[in-house]
Amino acid sequence: MNCKCKKCGASFKTKLALILYSLFSICCINLFAQNCNYKLSVQVIDLHDGIPLSNANIEINELEILGKTDFDGNVVFENLCKDSYLLTISHEDCESLTQTIELKKDTFKKIRLEHHLNELDEIMVISDNRNNSRTLFENKISKDVLEDYNSRTLGEVLKTVTGVSSLNSGNYLSKPVINGLHSSRVILINNGVRLEDQEWGIEHAPSIDINSIDKISIIKGASSLKYAGDAVGGVIIADTSKEKLTDSIYGNVITNLQSNGRGGGISTNYTKTNSNGWHYKFQGTLKRRGDFETPNYVMTNTGFSEHNLSFKAGLNRISHGFDVYYSLFSNRLGILRSSHAHTAIDIINAIENQIPNVIENFSYDINIPSQKISHHLIKFRGFKNFDLGKLSMKYDFQSNDRKEYDIRRGDRTMPALDLNLQTHSLAFDLESKFENNSNLKAGISARYQKNFPDPSTGIKRIIPDYKKYDFSLYSIFDISFTENWFLETGIRYDFSHIDAYKYYRTSLWEARNYNELYPEFVVEDLGLNTLTNPKFTFNNISTNLGARYSIDNGKNIYFNYSISSRKPNPSELFSEGLHHSSARIEIGDLSFNSEVGHNFSLTYDSSNKRSSLTVNTFANIVDDFIYIIPVDLMPTIAGVFPYWEYKQEDAKLYGFDIKYDRQYFNNFFVGHQFSIIKGYERANNKPLINMPPVNLKNQISYSFPNLNNLNISLESEYVFRQNEYPNNNFEVFIPTEQIYQLLDTSTPPGAYHLLNLASSMGFKSENGGSYKINLRVENLFNKLYKNYLNRLRYFTHEMGRNILLSVSYSY
Amino acid sequence: MKIFKYALLAIPFLYFSCSDDDDTPEPINEEEVITTMTVTLVNHQNGSDVVTMQTQDLDGDGPNEPVITVSGPLTAGTSYAGSIQFLNEMEEPAEDITEEVQEEDDEHQVFFSAAGVGMEFVYMDFDGDGNPLGTQFVLAPLGAGSGSVTITLVHEPAKPNDGLDTAGGEIDIQTTFSVTVE
Repeated sequence: MNCKCKKCGASFKTKLALILYSLFSICCINLFAQNCNYKLSVQVIDLHDGIPLSNANIEINELEILGKTDFDGNVVFENLCKDSYLLTISHEDCESLTQTIELKKDTFKKIRLEHHLNELDEIMVISDNRNNSRTLFENKISKDVLEDYNSRTLGEVLKTVTGVSSLNSGNYLSKPVINGLHSSRVILINNGVRLEDQEWGIEHAPSIDINSIDKISIIKGASSLKYAGDAVGGVIIADTSKEKLTDSIYGNVITNLQSNGRGGGISTNYTKTNSNGWHYKFQGTLKRRGDFETPNYVMTNTGFSEHNLSFKAGLNRISHGFDVYYSLFSNRLGILRSSHAHTAIDIINAIENQIPNVIENFSYDINIPSQKISHHLIKFRGFKNFDLGKLSMKYDFQSNDRKEYDIRRGDRTMPALDLNLQTHSLAFDLESKFENNSNLKAGISARYQKNFPDPSTGIKRIIPDYKKYDFSLYSIFDISFTENWFLETGIRYDFSHIDAYKYYRTSLWEARNYNELYPEFVVEDLGLNTLTNPKFTFNNISTNLGARYSIDNGKNIYFNYSISSRKPNPSELFSEGLHHSSARIEIGDLSFNSEVGHNFSLTYDSSNKRSSLTVNTFANIVDDFIYIIPVDLMPTIAGVFPYWEYKQEDAKLYGFDIKYDRQYFNNFFVGHQFSIIKGYERANNKPLINMPPVNLKNQISYSFPNLNNLNISLESEYVFRQNEYPNNNFEVFIPTEQIYQLLDTSTPPGAYHLLNLASSMGFKSENGGSYKINLRVENLFNKLYKNYLNRLRYFTHEMGRNILLSVSYSY
Repeated sequence: MKIFKYALLAIPFLYFSCSDDDDTPEPINEEEVITTMTVTLVNHQNGSDVVTMQTQDLDGDGPNEPVITVSGPLTAGTSYAGSIQFLNEMEEPAEDITEEVQEEDDEHQVFFSAAGVGMEFVYMDFDGDGNPLGTQFVLAPLGAGSGSVTITLVHEPAKPNDGLDTAGGEIDIQTTFSVTVE
């Protein structure tokens, strides 16, 4: 007799059933006694990337038993009978799925859900559930925050994350600093492509338009070995959302105006998706600003214009898919006129006077000095799901062009610096799942890069011609031992060969003793210059070990130890000569080794409906840390210039950051952030240059759900004075007065406190779209201050009050 | 075990071949550099009393310091007709930058100053607006002693101006010569 338990429940309904009840009961009880102690373990993962989905509901329809998946997407049902069950799996971000399961023994079942239904909604619930790694704590920036910052740069948005600051050159160029580390130590991944634009110097900001991306993850300290082995500081991953598998059209238009700089911008986004998987997306941004203003004066020649666009098209199916992505980032940017101080005396005067020596009336003109950047990125990616996992292939090409214009004699209009960096890369990645709740990721990649400094500038090349060949292999394995413990370990090998051609000044070549050390590099001695062909090969191993312990729901402890190895970049190796835009002589060193960072981080994260707390502590022991400091003055015929040299010393950095948010009542929200970083040379405990000062941010906000979701918030940012800095001051001879004067390039400016006011409101339109109005006032009290992490702080204060208005329409 | 099967997965290896043709980049003609400034002073009263002051920095922004020479002492109580020549000796043959400075006379000015010893300087050449240029000048030592003369070429100063300290612009060349007046 074929007796199924589910019929027991149904048989209550009729009298006939009552009679039959005992029979059936006996039958069922008998069965239960024999076979009803099976265990069904279910793991729910994202079909696309295999990431576990927490808070998915699983219902065994026949028994009306409901289970919810934990952080790792797991749920266990016990005491089940040998039977066939119908499961309904649902998740707030996914389309529900029903699946029949035949239970004959203890079973582990992996269920893959199509997970991106809500991904484009304004509140990205999803971002709480998805991680690049399961043992590294990730800070997320949601679509919402990105929209609020639509008129800004990536560096400014990243500063909203605790422990992330930015190294600025003026108002618009900002480079992210993660726990005190920046430049080629912080790897930027745009749509899966490693951006190649960070290697030339501090004043080169990442070329990503924040309107082209939908979410950002920041992994502090430890390297995500899938992307890079040299991320001593951290990884920033910017991505677009996955396309829905439905027939739909969505997008937005954002316009903004801002009072400081007297400009604005417009950005639009259009996505078309089909249920058969085909999709395309277009995005474009235009921005224009005039001169920015401090509370007291105009910062002459600081305007910019920018236009960006991106396009994506492809097929996204369950078993396979591909897409093509193109993006262009281009801007023309004025550089503060008076920052081009060409002598140390100018710098002394600027420091004494506190204000720039050229202040003109407000203008939209972008004059010399200026820079012009265009960065093209083309990516092709394809994937296929096999039994053993997901295999994907990616090819990308980047061309990054940078021109810097300086004031030159003889009406020369050609750029003073003209660099073109082209990079091709090809990568294969495999992601496999195993039934014992472990995953293996592995990949291989190759990259070819060519740098071409155009000789028609008539100015000595700062970065030489070079070709670089990279090859890497990685493997990452993770496993969850118990419900609470999760371990991940990975290893990566990077090979890099660089083949450069460079004209050295013979005098420098000899002064540095390179003629003894590297005679094999010399191609030809041309008298004044020596043509050389330096070739270097680096073999680096990076590895990490991470663990996560889940105390209970919503409370986790993360520990990570990683070793990252970064080869010296071309500017650290080869820089030589006067960097016009920085008014300093920069000298690299051919003898540098790879920098090796040992990073330990411990993070506690706890969140519930009303509050969340994150405490992140870290220690970074970096061997052969490379940094640039002013060491001397160099008399040239054009005056005396600060002489900056790249140095290599063992360093240590440590600190912690805390973020605590809490909601009171229903509408009142309070947020706090605090971060502190210390950095020293290990040999003599001398503080490192440009360490972010301690900062404290507080925010209170109140929302009125009945008034179109009106939200008003007040933000306070207190930045302490950096009291620990290296003294790199030196005496300068002032020829006109025949005296020596102190050039104080080291002393940091004082502490400052800024208040910002933000408000937003949302409206639904009749056709189903929605409007959002955002009004922000930054530096509410028009405070005059200087920022230690602004390279131009000798010459100018920071921006004064800025009122920003943006209106967005989403459909 | 399955893991071995997966581990054995062969991943295609891509090899970038590169052709080693002539990669040598062309040398850069650093045409704007001023390596040399020569100041020639001819005594108005005695044409054979010629004093030359020179600064020469053949490696430009390289580590070698400029070589500064002064041919001899100046005579007090007289005046000298001064002329300045700017050269770029990185080029072969050397390029005379003076012509370029004189052509763009509205964008340039030479500034003079003395310390430790009394000197008077008078501009003898002017731009189209009647503002001083300074490649031609008169130098008059006021009394005997030793001190220094500083000569500065500024590109794009404010014109007219009240002197080097407030003129702005960018310094193309600046040298201090030790001088003796007898």
